[in-house]
Amino acid sequence: MEDILELTIAQIRELLQKRKISSVELTNYFLERIKRFDGDISSYIKVTEEYALKMAGDADKKIADGENGQLLGIPLGIKDIYCTKGIETTCASRILKGFIPPYDATIIRRLKDEGYVHLGRLNMDEFAMGSSTETSYFGITRNPWDLERIPGGSSGGSAAAVAADECIASIGSDTGGSIRQPAALCGVVGMKPTYGRVSRFGLIAFASSLDQIGPFTKDVEDCAIMMNAIAGYDPRESTSVPLNVPDYTEFISRGIGGWKVGIPKEYFIEGIHPDIEKAMQRAITTVEGLGATCVEISLPHTEYCLAVYYIIAPAEASSNLARYDGVKYGFRPQGSIDLLDMYKKTRSAGFGAEVKRRIMIGTYALSSGYYDAYYKKASQVRALIKRDFTEAFTLCDAILTPTSPTPAFKIGEKMDDPLQMYLSDIFTISTNLAGIPGISVPCGFTKDGLPIGAQFLAGHFEEGKLIQIASAFEKYANIEKRRPAL
Amino acid sequence: MDYGEHEGVMGLEVHAHLLTDSKLFCGCSTKFGAEPNSHTCPTCMGLPGALPVLNKKVVDFAIRVGIALHCSINRKSIFARKNYYYPDLPKGYQISQYEEPICENGYLDVFINGDKKRMRIKRVHMEEDAGKLVHEATIETSSYSLVDYNRSSIPLLEIVSEPDMRTPEEAVQYLKTLRDILVYLEICDGNMEEGSFRCDANVSVRKKGTEEFGTRAELKNLNSFKFIERSLDYEIQRQIDVIRNGGSVVQETRLFNVDEGITYSMRGKEEAHDYRYFPEPDLLPLIVDDAWIEEVRRSLPELPVEKMERFMKEYGLPRYDVEILVSDKDLAHYFEEAIRLFPEPKTVSNWIMTEFLRELKDGSASAKDSPLSPAHLAELLSLIKDGTISAKIAKDIFPELFRSGASPKRLVAEKGMVQISDEDAIVRIIDEVIARSPKEVAEFRAGKEKLLGFFVGQVMKETKGKANPKLLNELMLKRLKGLP
Repeated sequence: MEDILELTIAQIRELLQKRKISSVELTNYFLERIKRFDGDISSYIKVTEEYALKMAGDADKKIADGENGQLLGIPLGIKDIYCTKGIETTCASRILKGFIPPYDATIIRRLKDEGYVHLGRLNMDEFAMGSSTETSYFGITRNPWDLERIPGGSSGGSAAAVAADECIASIGSDTGGSIRQPAALCGVVGMKPTYGRVSRFGLIAFASSLDQIGPFTKDVEDCAIMMNAIAGYDPRESTSVPLNVPDYTEFISRGIGGWKVGIPKEYFIEGIHPDIEKAMQRAITTVEGLGATCVEISLPHTEYCLAVYYIIAPAEASSNLARYDGVKYGFRPQGSIDLLDMYKKTRSAGFGAEVKRRIMIGTYALSSGYYDAYYKKASQVRALIKRDFTEAFTLCDAILTPTSPTPAFKIGEKMDDPLQMYLSDIFTISTNLAGIPGISVPCGFTKDGLPIGAQFLAGHFEEGKLIQIASAFEKYANIEKRRPAL
Repeated sequence: MDYGEHEGVMGLEVHAHLLTDSKLFCGCSTKFGAEPNSHTCPTCMGLPGALPVLNKKVVDFAIRVGIALHCSINRKSIFARKNYYYPDLPKGYQISQYEEPICENGYLDVFINGDKKRMRIKRVHMEEDAGKLVHEATIETSSYSLVDYNRSSIPLLEIVSEPDMRTPEEAVQYLKTLRDILVYLEICDGNMEEGSFRCDANVSVRKKGTEEFGTRAELKNLNSFKFIERSLDYEIQRQIDVIRNGGSVVQETRLFNVDEGITYSMRGKEEAHDYRYFPEPDLLPLIVDDAWIEEVRRSLPELPVEKMERFMKEYGLPRYDVEILVSDKDLAHYFEEAIRLFPEPKTVSNWIMTEFLRELKDGSASAKDSPLSPAHLAELLSLIKDGTISAKIAKDIFPELFRSGASPKRLVAEKGMVQISDEDAIVRIIDEVIARSPKEVAEFRAGKEKLLGFFVGQVMKETKGKANPKLLNELMLKRLKGLP
């Protein structure tokens, strides 16, 4: 059974269809691994064993009946941010403790339609606010490659679970890098699709204009399979876009001969870890070896990305999180003397420090008298950042950057320094501001054996191009196959 | 009302509940009076992750109002979040429009004692309603509050006027005219008691002849025309008194106490909310193209002012009649149906304004539901015209016709009320009467012509009122004067 570790969705699907293995066996295998290893890693907030085995049993019946969903019988981990009917959904916050949604997020419905198996709820930064999965109310998640280090965030649980083979693939969400940065730090593939490509209905909102949903997988082909399952228009989500979704697996092994790949000069800054800088040089060589030309491009408003992000995201969050008031669901402390007291007690005890910090920043940025100087100005600069990319993509087919300026850092290292923490997302934030898709793929290891990620970016709704370049890169770069020693 | 050297300055904000079947951002029913929280879903309950989708019908309605109020319809408008905390507001924000509303810069012509005054409309925008709190007793004495979200996210239009009203009468006249239009457009039932048509007023005062506005107070939740007029009058008088006593008006929100007839302060400027408006990121900008506006324009019904003008011109009716007929869309329709079959507009109008409206009011029915159909009214009037019955008889049987919905022709026949128009028959009775009243005949012939009424009355008595009065008069005169 140990060789299951090596298998991708594509391979396991074949075994399931040929009845070499059943979904129940497969599910039990992962449940066992979680029991064995997740004590150290803590990628799961909650394992839904009974629920998983029931879904696996149903999948086996469907397989026996000759049905063939794209993810039929495949055990996945789900970031605890998607409303799932009957399953406690917390966003890693005390304030949602006990909240059991009466409905399924669109993504959950789509995964169900494809026959997936729900292994459990993956840990994350509280309300997806963080880059290290240290702000979760349910405790930190550790990096499988070095248990003293963070897995990245906010989807740290989703990345760690795939890296530690505690699921075949997982779902995360990305508001400023929350899929790509932990994917890089845990040595797996992670994609943030175009804003509007995957429905946000049922995704518990952090920053509505930036949030997107995407997969964590072992390789690029699995990423394409997951994208096939989750992408597409949803009439219940007004910002989802009614465009046809291509079969992303068709972009695998097409090659990138003749492509122009942009290397933004603003992304090779002081402070990048030297091993990452070297890995990037190798990545450029790899891309050129595939028959593409690397060209220097400029994204002139890059220096404003962090500032713009840390106005827009908290502003939207301050409004999105207003509904957690103790009135309707989740946490409400006893003994309030009146309405205002109930609000204060609920929100004081229900939210953690980072969430409160962002609510305060966002409330301030939207206040009468400050709105023009902050939110409005930030929105204007955001339009310029978007234009940077539009212009860049007239010069190149895709862009290559590091995913993160550093490899996984030590637990606690940046918790007292929010600004240092925010810098972790310096290469990923602009993507969300512009709404374009991005993917992080493994591109080597540091001298200390920590994974490094390369990020590819493409124009709006060109996820196919990302699959194309990332799969070519993955194949040709010949990154050493390693597994974390657990 | 006259305020001496001062005048009031008022601008009104109307909230109209729209008559859509489903809510503004979800498919839940808007029906009034259901079990608490039975018309709810994740979206209108503000559950984590739930998102809004705009109801296109609401946009249609907003465009209708925009056209009727001569507004410019913005080709691009945006939704905004208005952030504040209250348990009846499940998301902690209301989705409304702030910058770039759907309609701007219109006007409404209002008739005040027959004179036309143009009130400018500043903006019309779409927004969602909140739920409501329910208490076992009053809010002060209850130990807990319950929340009913059935009303949450029911669509509203907010219609904001410029500060163009100078007296409470003008304000009320504006509201009545506006309400008529919304009802005519079939987008609001105009019911003030149920809160379907609510009003807030901004009130200030200034010396007559000055241009500058005074500091304004906002009066909230005015829900009957009577209270609006009384509260505005009180508030104007109060502000004038403050100024006369050397004080200055404070910017604040005030409520009207119906029992005491006074307004009192609810919250001052310092406690005013900072709503932190910003564009709603969960909804795309609303783009309305010319084709959409044209489609709505084509489907627009005739509005009260247009209908009044047409009734005056086409049917030659006086303004007084037209105001009454047009005040109610169903009544105007009833009138037009009746004159289609009996094309004498003034006669039909007279009967509608007297007999018909009297019966309608007694039964508090609407013209639409009247058991007496327009066709039957026309039939009744034809019976008078062709002399089958007298107007007197028609009036006598009107209540029964209205209640039963019976055919006038049949009823008249059944009751044997057909008028006697047979000359020979009438002459026979006349001769009988003359024969048995020799004294009166002599007096008449001697010049006491007043006695004609006596003779006619006698014949009517004999015929139970059925003799054709016109014919009877003619014949009676001839016989008395001894003519052949």
